[in-house]
Amino acid sequence: MDIWLQQLLIGISLGAIYALIALGYTMVYGIIKLINFAHGDVFMIGAFVGYYALTAFHLGFIPSLLVAMLVSALLGVTIERVAYRRLRNAPRLNALTTAIGVSLFIEYTTIYARGAQPAAYPALFPNRRLELFGASIKWDAVVILLTAVFLMVVLQLIVQRTRTGKAMRAVSFDLEAARLMGISVDRTIAITFALGSALGGAAGVIYGLYYTKIDPFMGVLTGLKAFVAAVLGGIGSIPGAMVGGLVIGLVETLVSAVGWSLFRDAAAFLILILILLFRPEGLFGRHAPEKV
Amino acid sequence: MVKPQPKKALLLALVIVAVYAVVQFLLVSRVLGRYYENVIMNVGINILLAISLHVVLGLAGQFSIGHAGFLAVGAYTSAVLTAKLDLPFPVALLAGAVAALLAGLLIGIPTLRLRGDYLAIATLGFAEIVRVTLLNIEYVGGAAGMRVPHLTTWTYLYVSLVVALLAIVHLTHSAHGRATLAIREDEVAAEAMGVPATTYKVLAFAIGSFFAGLAGGLHAHNFYVIQPANFGFLKSFEILVFVVLGGIGSLTGAMISATFLTLVSIALQSYPEVRMIVYSLVLVLVMLFRPQGLLGNRELSSFLPALRLGQGGSR
Repeated sequence: MDIWLQQLLIGISLGAIYALIALGYTMVYGIIKLINFAHGDVFMIGAFVGYYALTAFHLGFIPSLLVAMLVSALLGVTIERVAYRRLRNAPRLNALTTAIGVSLFIEYTTIYARGAQPAAYPALFPNRRLELFGASIKWDAVVILLTAVFLMVVLQLIVQRTRTGKAMRAVSFDLEAARLMGISVDRTIAITFALGSALGGAAGVIYGLYYTKIDPFMGVLTGLKAFVAAVLGGIGSIPGAMVGGLVIGLVETLVSAVGWSLFRDAAAFLILILILLFRPEGLFGRHAPEKV
Repeated sequence: MVKPQPKKALLLALVIVAVYAVVQFLLVSRVLGRYYENVIMNVGINILLAISLHVVLGLAGQFSIGHAGFLAVGAYTSAVLTAKLDLPFPVALLAGAVAALLAGLLIGIPTLRLRGDYLAIATLGFAEIVRVTLLNIEYVGGAAGMRVPHLTTWTYLYVSLVVALLAIVHLTHSAHGRATLAIREDEVAAEAMGVPATTYKVLAFAIGSFFAGLAGGLHAHNFYVIQPANFGFLKSFEILVFVVLGGIGSLTGAMISATFLTLVSIALQSYPEVRMIVYSLVLVLVMLFRPQGLLGNRELSSFLPALRLGQGGSR
C-alpha cells in the first residue's frame, strides 16, 4: 500500500513537470497552430540558466527560478519574432520545419558553448524526506509539486481574469476577428510565447532538482512526451495539458514500478498512437469540423 | 498516362547501363579507392532515402518526421536475415523493404484518416517506439548494436536506386500519381472530386516506407555495425532536410540536395557540432527566405530541356 502511495506521489511530481511543459506547447498551438518543436529546448535552456544561477551565482531557489523563467521567456519571444512571425501565413510544413531547425540550432549551439557532458544539479534539501501514511518521498519532490501547482494557478488567473488573457483567448478563437476588434495580434502572440516559455523554463529548473542531472539533449525526449501530454489532453486546451501531463507522469511511473522500466520511454508514444486512433481531438478537445 | 516512346526508352536504358558500367569500372580498377567507394555508397543510400520520403511528402503532401523508423525496420530485418539466419542478401534486402512496408501500413492506416499535424506526431512516436524496442531486444544486441556482414556493393545500390526511381517516376505520371498530387494540392477538393484520399495517402506512405526499408538494408550491410542510436530523431530530420531543401514536390531537387548535403556532412565529419549548427541554420534560412526550396516543385528537366529523358516530375 505505502509503496503504491509512494509511486503515486512520484508519478504526480513527474506529471507536474510534464504538465508545465505541455502548457507551453498547447498555448502556442492554440494560438498559431504550430507544433513549437523548439519548446523542449527552451525547457533545456531554463534548466541550464537555473543551474548556473544556483551554482555559479549562489542564488536561492526562488530567485534562480525567476531568472530561469525570465531568460526562457526572452528566448521564446526572440524565437517567435525571428523565426516564426514571417511564416505565420506560410504553409504549415514550412513553419514546422523551421521549428525543428530552431530546436537543433539551440541544442548544438549549447553543445558548442559548453560541451555535451551532463551537469549535476545541486539538491535543495538533501536528505530531507517527507513521511506520509508510511510513504516516504524526497522533500524536493514536494517543492516541485507545490511550485508547479502554484504556477498553473497563476497561469489560469492570467488567462481567465486579465485583459491580456482575454485577448489571448480571443486570438486563439479567431485570429482575424480578434484583429478586427482592435486586439494587437502580434503582441498577444508574443505574450503567449513569453508565458509558455517561462513555464517551460520553470519546468527545466524543477526537472533538474528532481532528476539531479541535466544535459543539452534533455529537452528532446521530455519535450516530445510533454507534447504527447498536450495531445492527450486535447491540444489547445489548458486544463487538458495539465491532466494530460499528470496521466503521462503516472503511466510512466506505473510502467517503471511493475518492472518494465526499459520500456518507460515507449509508453508515452503508445498512448499517443492510441489516442490518435480512438479520440484524436484529445480528452478535453473539441472536434473542429473542416472548413473549406 | 505516359505514352510509350520506344526511342526515349532505349536511350534511357543505354544511359542507365552506361552509368553503371563506368562507375563499376572505376571501382573495380581501383581508380576510385575505398574512400570514394564509401562516399558513393553514402550518397546513393541517402538519395534512396530522400526519394522514399519524396513519395510521402512531395507527392502526397503528408508530413512524416519518423522516416528513420522505417529505415531501422528495414536495416534490422535484413541484418537478422543475413547475419543470424544466413539467407542470401537479395532476399534479405527485399524482406527488409517488405517489413518496412508492413510497418508503414500498420502506422498509416489508422493515422492517415486524420488531417494535418497528427501524422507528423504519430510517425515521430512510431520511430521512437521502434528505437526503444530495438534497444531492449537482446537478440539484436540492444544498445551495443549488431554486427552485420559487409555485403552492399555498387551493383546492389545501383539496381535499387534505378528500380526506385523508375517506379516513382512512373507512379507520378500514372492516374494514381495524379490523384495523389491532387490530395497534396487540396485534400478537401480532391475528395469532392471523388478521389479516395485515405487510400492514396496510405498507398504513398506504404511505397515510401518500402523504399526506406530497402535503403535500411543497404545501409546496414554497408556499415559493418548497426545501433538503435543511428536511427533516432536526428536521422529522420536529416532525411526531411533533403526533401525540404530540394523543394517539396521535386524529385530531382531531393536527389540533388541529398547528394550535396551528404558531401558537406562527409567534409565536416571531424566537426560534428559545427556541422549540425550549419545544417540547422541553413534549414531555417532556406525556410525563411526561399520557402519553396531550391527547385520549388519543378524538376531539373524544366530548367535544362536537354535532360528530358522520360524523367519527370510533378508538373
